Amino acid sequence: MNEISELRKRYLVLINSADTDSALEDVRIKALGKKGEIALKMRELGKMNMEQRQAQGPVLNALKEEINNLIKTQKDNIEGQLLDSRVASEWMDISCSTRLSGGGSVHPVTQVTEEVIAIFSSLGFKVADGPQVESDYYNFDALNIPPEHPARQEFDTFYISGDEDDQTPSNVLRTHTSPVQIRHMQQVNGPCRIIAPGRVFRSDYDQTHTPMFHQVEGLAIDTDISMANLKWVLEEFCRAFFEVETVQLRFRSSHFPFTEPSAEVDIRCSWVDNQLKIGEGNDWMEILGSGMVHPKVLEAVGLDSDKYQGFAFGVGIDRIAMLKYGIPDLRSFFDSDLRWLRHFGFSGNDYPALHSGLSKF
Amino acid sequence: MKFTLSWLKDHLKTDMHVDDIVEALTDLGLEVESVSDPTKELNHFTVGEIVQAEQHPNADRLKVCKVATGDGCRQIICGAPNARKGIKVVVAHPGDYIPGLDTVIKVGNIRGVESYGMMCSERELMLSDEHDGIIELDSKALVGTKYVDQCNELDIVFDIAITPNRPDALGVRGVARDLAAKGVGELKLREIPRVKGSFNSPISIHLSKDVLNEDCPLFAGRYIKGVTNMESPKWLQERLVAIGLRPISALVDITNFVTFDSARPLHVFDASKLSGELTVRKARKGETIVALDGSEYTLSSEDTVISSGNVVESIAGIIGGMNSGCGGDTKDIFLESAYFNPISTARTGRRLRINSDARYRFERGVDPLFVEKGIDFATQLIIDICGGEVSKTLLEGETPYTDKEVILRPNRVDSLVGMRIPKVEQERILIALGFNVSHKDNLLCVKVPSWRPDVYGEADLIEEIVRVTSLSKLKGIPLQKSNLGVMKPVLTPLQNRVSRTRREIVALGMNECISYSFIDEKSATLFSGAIQTVALLNPISSEMTHMRPSLLPGLLQAARRNQARSLNDLKLFELGEVFFGRKPGEQAIHAGGIFVGNYLPKNAFGNQREVDVFDAKKVVESTLNDMGVSVENLSILRDGVPAYFHPKRAGKVSLGPKNALASFGELHPKIVKAYDLKGPVMAFEIFIERVPFSKNRKLIRPPIKVSELQPVERDFSFVVQTRCEVDLIKKAILNGEKGVINEARVFDIFEGKEAEQQLGKNKKSVAFMVRLQPLKTTFTDAELEAISKKIISRVEKMTGAKLRS
Repeated sequence: MNEISELRKRYLVLINSADTDSALEDVRIKALGKKGEIALKMRELGKMNMEQRQAQGPVLNALKEEINNLIKTQKDNIEGQLLDSRVASEWMDISCSTRLSGGGSVHPVTQVTEEVIAIFSSLGFKVADGPQVESDYYNFDALNIPPEHPARQEFDTFYISGDEDDQTPSNVLRTHTSPVQIRHMQQVNGPCRIIAPGRVFRSDYDQTHTPMFHQVEGLAIDTDISMANLKWVLEEFCRAFFEVETVQLRFRSSHFPFTEPSAEVDIRCSWVDNQLKIGEGNDWMEILGSGMVHPKVLEAVGLDSDKYQGFAFGVGIDRIAMLKYGIPDLRSFFDSDLRWLRHFGFSGNDYPALHSGLSKF
Repeated sequence: MKFTLSWLKDHLKTDMHVDDIVEALTDLGLEVESVSDPTKELNHFTVGEIVQAEQHPNADRLKVCKVATGDGCRQIICGAPNARKGIKVVVAHPGDYIPGLDTVIKVGNIRGVESYGMMCSERELMLSDEHDGIIELDSKALVGTKYVDQCNELDIVFDIAITPNRPDALGVRGVARDLAAKGVGELKLREIPRVKGSFNSPISIHLSKDVLNEDCPLFAGRYIKGVTNMESPKWLQERLVAIGLRPISALVDITNFVTFDSARPLHVFDASKLSGELTVRKARKGETIVALDGSEYTLSSEDTVISSGNVVESIAGIIGGMNSGCGGDTKDIFLESAYFNPISTARTGRRLRINSDARYRFERGVDPLFVEKGIDFATQLIIDICGGEVSKTLLEGETPYTDKEVILRPNRVDSLVGMRIPKVEQERILIALGFNVSHKDNLLCVKVPSWRPDVYGEADLIEEIVRVTSLSKLKGIPLQKSNLGVMKPVLTPLQNRVSRTRREIVALGMNECISYSFIDEKSATLFSGAIQTVALLNPISSEMTHMRPSLLPGLLQAARRNQARSLNDLKLFELGEVFFGRKPGEQAIHAGGIFVGNYLPKNAFGNQREVDVFDAKKVVESTLNDMGVSVENLSILRDGVPAYFHPKRAGKVSLGPKNALASFGELHPKIVKAYDLKGPVMAFEIFIERVPFSKNRKLIRPPIKVSELQPVERDFSFVVQTRCEVDLIKKAILNGEKGVINEARVFDIFEGKEAEQQLGKNKKSVAFMVRLQPLKTTFTDAELEAISKKIISRVEKMTGAKLRS
C-alpha cells in the first residue's frame, strides 16, 4: 500500500510541476501509458490471488482515475495560462477612428416640408401639387388679380419666353403656391383640406431674398369654416412645428387679392442674445399671410360662394426653417456647400412623425 | 405713404399718444413701417443768447462768444459768419450728442482758447442741409428752455404701407377717417366751398371720342390769371420736406399737397405755353413728349395724352410735359383735375416705366366724386398763396360713378369670421367709414362711398367691420375633424415614392442639395439634348436664364463651388423638377446625383478609393428596387444614353425599349472640362414618375423556402474577350438547373496588360462564385461534376469563354 501512496504522491508533484502541454503529456505517458507505472501495476494484478486482487484492484483504479482527472485539470490550467498571456499580448489601439462610411444628409427645406406635412395630415389635410410653370390664369386671374391691377406688379414675376410665332399669352413661373388652390378646387369641386408645398419664383435677389424659395399653401373649404378656425389651425400648427407648449398669434388686417378678409399673422417671440424664442417675450414677428377665400375665387372655380367658404394661408418654408433651426442666411440654402449641408442637414433616420416628436432634439 | 402728426391733426381731432396711433394704424391694416420723432434726438438742446462775440486772437474766421445758457454764461468758440451779439441760438453742452455730426462734443481747446459747448446749424441737428450759419431763433425764445419747444416744424413723421386696395388711404384724409372709425379721434368736418369764377376760361377742353367712355370720362379745368408763382409759404414747405418731397414752387407744391392730403392728383399748365384748346385723346404712335422729369418718352396709340395744338402737353394721369410746366415767371395757369382710368394709366405707366405719385393714385382709383371738389380745394390754396383771378370751372364728360349698394347679413360676420359684433356696432363702423346704411328686414343695405372702389360685396364689408373692430381680438375655434377615427394616409403613391427615394439615397451616403431651377444658357444647351430649351423672358442674371432640363448642371456647379473651397470628395444629389416645355405641366420629377473625388478618403483601413461608375449604378439599383422594380429584370442599354455621359462608360436602365427609368455612368470628359471640375464625375438620373406603380398592394409575402440541405459553393474562372460583359456570363450561368443554381457572383476580374500577357491579346479572366442548392438529397461528386460541366458549356456557348486552366 505504501508503494501506491508513494506512487500517488510522486505523480501529484509531477503533474503540478508540468507547465506545458508536452511535459504534461510526458507525465501522462509515464503514469498511464501502456508501459506507464500504473499500467504496469495493473498488469501485476493478474498475478495476484483473488483476495489480493480484490483489495488492490479498486485502489489502483481509483488512483488511475484520480491521476487522469488531475492531468485534465492541469491541462485546463496550462491552457488558461496560455490564453491569459496571449490575450495580454494582444493590445490594440482602439483610439483609431472607425471605418469611414458616407454621412448622407437631408436638406432642411425637405425636412421642414415633411414636418409641415406630418402636422397638417393629422388635421386631415392632404398634400396637393401643381406645376411650377403656370399660366397667367392660374397664377393671377383666377386668384382675383386682374391683368393691370397694381397687386400684380408687386410679385416681380418671371415670364417664360414663348415661340416667336406663338400668340398664346406667355406663361409665368408661379410666384406663389396659390395656383394649386385653384387647380385643386376645380378638381374636387366641393369641401377640401389641402396643403401644397413647393418652389416659387420671384425676380428679387439680395441679402434676404432669393429668386427661388419655398412656400406651403393651405386651403380648407367647407360650408362652415370660419376665420376663427383658421386662427386655431395656425396656432396648432405653430405650436406643433416650433415644438413649444404654447404659442400666441396675432392677426393683423391686411390685403391679399384672393382673400377677404385678409390677415397677416404675427407670432409672439423674444430675441435674447440673437436667439429666437417662440411663445414668450414681447416681440411680434410676422410669419405668414392668410384670410378667408375671396368669393370671386370661389366663383372662379365654380363653387357657390353663398354655400361654401373657407380659409387659405401661405407660409415661407425656408423662413420657418431658418427660424426653427437657427439658419442665418437664406442664400446659403441654395449654395450646396458640403459643410453647410452636413451642418444644417438631417440624417435619413430623422423622418418626422408626430408620435415620436417632430425632431429628435 | 408718409405724413406728419400735425397734418393728421388737420383732419383728426385726437389727444392719443403717438404709440397708440401707431398701434391703431397697424391694426387697421395700414401697417406702420416707421415712425420718426425728431424731438427725441433733439431733446437736450437748449436756447442760448450770445451776449458777447469777439474776434479769436489766433484765427481770423473764429469768434470767441460768451453765451447765456440755462447753466450760466459759457465761453463757446464759433466759426459761423452769423454768430453775433444779441441773437438767440441753439446750444449743445459738453457731453451732448450731435446727430448731424454723429459725435458727442467735449470741452475743447481751439487754437489756444477753451470752448465749452457748441452753437448748432440746421445740418448739425439734421433738420436740413443748411450749414451756412448757426440757427437764429425768435428773439422771444427764453434762454434755458428746450429748443424743441421753440420749434413748431419738428413733427413726427409716419410712414405707412398702403395695400393696393386702399386708394383712399393714399391721402391723409383717408387715414384720418380710418382712425376716427376706430375711435382714435374725431374726423374733422371739412367744407370745401365752391370758388366762383368771374370769367369764362379762354382755354376749352375737348374729350375725344376714343377716351370719353373709358380712359378719361371726366375732366375739370379752370383758368387762373395773374398768379405769382413764388416760393411756398413755410408751413407748406415744411409739410412737403417732412414727407420727403422737395419744395419747387408754390403752384407745384400746392398740387403735391392736395395729392397727399386728399389723394387727388392735379396738374397745372402754364397757360401762356398752350395754344388754345386742350384735347384729351389717344396718342399717335411715335409721338413724343419731354416730361417734367427731363426724359423724352415715345408714346404708343394705347396711351392717353393731353395735347394742345399738335403738342403733347401731358401723359394723362402720369406726368406733365416740360413745355407747359410752370416756372417762376408763370402768370396765367390752367388747372386740371380729371378722372383717368386705372387700367390704362397702369398700362402706360408700366410700359414707360414712370413712377409718379399721380400714377400711383390713378392706377389704384381716385375718388370720382372729388374731381370737382379737388379743383375748388386747389383753387382756394392758389388764390390764397399766389393770388390771381379765377375763371368758371369747365367740366367735360360725366362722373364715372354709380351708387353701389351691398346687402350685409349682420350674422354673416360671425359665420365667416367667428367674431360676434353687434349689429349696431357694425352699422356704426360702416357709417364712420363713410358708408351709407339703411335697414331692410334684418339686413343692412349699405351704400359704398365713392372713394372705396375696392368694395364690391358682402365679404368686403365684413372685412371693413372686422378690421376696425380689430382682428387681433379674434379667438381661435377648433376646426372639426373631417373624419373620425384613426388618421388615414394622406400622401399619394408618387408623393410617398419621392420621399422614400430621397431617404434611400441619403442612406447611401449622399448629401441632398437644392439648387436653383434656372441655369445658364450653356448648361441648358449641354443638357437639353434634342428637347427645346425653356428660356425666361426676364432673367435676373446671365447665370439664371433657362429652366433646367436636368438636375446635373446645378449639381456640377455646386461641385465646382465646393472644389474651389477644397471640398473635393462629393456625393451630391437633388430631387426635384426639371422642365421640358414652356407650358404648365411640362415638367418631371427626377432624382439626380454626382460622385466626385474619393468615395472614401485616405484612412487607416486602406479602403480609400476613387468614385466609380458602380457608385452611381448602386443608387439606381437601390432606389428602383425600393420602388418595386428589380434591376436584375431590366435591361441596361448602352444606346440612347444622353451625350453628356461617357459614350463607353454609361448606360440607361430600361423597361422595354422605350421606357428609360434611369441613366448612370461616368460623365463625358468634355462636360467635366466645361464645368472646370477636377474629375472624373460619376452621375445618375432617375426618372421617378416613369417607374410603374404596382397595381395592387401585396401585404402577404410568398411562403419562404428554406432547404435543410447544405448548399455548395463552387468557383469558376472564365477567360473571355475584354469587351464581353460579365452580366452575360452571369446570365449564362443562371440560365439552367432550375432551383439548383441559387446565386452567381463575380468576385474577381483580371484584366489589363498583365492579364493580356498571360491570357492573350484582348482577353480577361472573370471569376465567379456559384452557389448550388441540392433539392432532395445531398449532391454526389458525380452530380456536382455534371452540373459544373453544364455551366461551363453554357457559358462557352453563349459568350465564347474558355474555362481558365
